[in-house]
Amino acid sequence: MSLKGRHLIDPNDFTLEELSRIFDLADKMIDNREAYGSICKGKILGTLFYEPSTRTRLSFESAMLRMGGSVLGFSDASTSSVSKGESIADTIRVLCTYADVVVMRHPKEGAPKLASEYSAAPVINGGDGGHQHPTQTLTDLLTIRRYKGRIDQLTVAFCGDLKFGRTVHSLISALSRYQGCRFVLISPNELRLPETLKNYLIEKYNIDVVETESLEKVINEVDILYMTRIQKERFFNEADYMRLKDSYILNRSKLKHAKKDMLVMHPLPRVNEISYDVDDDPRGVYFKQAEYGIYVRMALMALLLGVDVNVEGK
Amino acid sequence: MLKVNSINCGIVIDHITAGNGIKIFEKLKLSDVNFPVVLLINVPSNRLGKKDIIKIENKIDLDLTMLGLIDPSITVNIIENDIIVNKMNVNIPREVAGLFKCKNPRCVSNFDEYVTPKFTLQHANGKMHYSCNYCEELTTYSI
Repeated sequence: MSLKGRHLIDPNDFTLEELSRIFDLADKMIDNREAYGSICKGKILGTLFYEPSTRTRLSFESAMLRMGGSVLGFSDASTSSVSKGESIADTIRVLCTYADVVVMRHPKEGAPKLASEYSAAPVINGGDGGHQHPTQTLTDLLTIRRYKGRIDQLTVAFCGDLKFGRTVHSLISALSRYQGCRFVLISPNELRLPETLKNYLIEKYNIDVVETESLEKVINEVDILYMTRIQKERFFNEADYMRLKDSYILNRSKLKHAKKDMLVMHPLPRVNEISYDVDDDPRGVYFKQAEYGIYVRMALMALLLGVDVNVEGK
Repeated sequence: MLKVNSINCGIVIDHITAGNGIKIFEKLKLSDVNFPVVLLINVPSNRLGKKDIIKIENKIDLDLTMLGLIDPSITVNIIENDIIVNKMNVNIPREVAGLFKCKNPRCVSNFDEYVTPKFTLQHANGKMHYSCNYCEELTTYSI
């Protein structure tokens, strides 16, 4: 099915074949970025950021500018008509006439889905509260595919705050659809993956899940280690925090026990959960991951807009 | 045994799980109407052991979706000239709009007045829940 005119609200809105099409195009764009430098000439990206964001917004803007398109929008709801109490439906009905594709970040969960119901232009969810962040998931999947050559048959560990981390929820839901993926969930008891999500994925996809509090115990068996930031205020008491905090910091000495081809990924920004001494290790791919985020957003927008991406021979 | 006359023209809501009759009576605001209504509770039933029944001596618009939400075991009989002209089973609705709110305080449907909360029936952990169409939070309806 064509992706032209579609919305991206949840990573699982697209079939695996459709995701492959996005990744195939992103791969071509990585190999030959200049060739795609004008495919979106005359197209406008509308950025509706109801809460602050630096890298997601700039990544989208960079992606559109690199394809020859233009960008307009707001990055602070207090300066827009939203602050006057306008409904999302009214805002999007007007703004979708100013732009050809829209990306929305909103603190309320489900806001981009609501916008998509009233928008004539494709709406991309740029993050809605603690719910979904689908373009981060696309970025993560592309990174895995580029480094591992596949997305299936992998043991993927998620480490840190698995309760509130929307990137984890989105990625684990998306990976569950690929054959043979196994999950190792590493978190303190208070920050475990929500039971409802875990049980839903087990029932629907029969996924294999192991839960542990210790990164050291399992690091030798994983293909991908997805680190997330863990905040002190998430713990219920100081004693648990002191007992467990080092358990969720990845450093070079812990990496010694990991597979030689394991990938360390992180949605960024990091604080201290990955020591700086890991940055030089070839297994740490988190900065490359952020770079791939631009290409996957380029490919996504080009396909949602339905522009001609066949640049061979031009 | 208590005897209640049959109705000539109206609606009988039958096979209500015992205890739910008063909830449906209140939900339909039947205490405010100006025609006869009978609420029977703890009536012996072969199927349910005991059941509640509501007899309404008038034709009113019933929201079968809402009745299904409250109690899917209900049957609704439409009576005309002392005979049942239509018998309807209510089902647990697959889609529900506007009948209850999402329990997620961060859901957009609790903030934007333009939104009608919408839910889709979902089976999870061996139970039936409603998944919010906006934020996917699972909500169980109760009155």
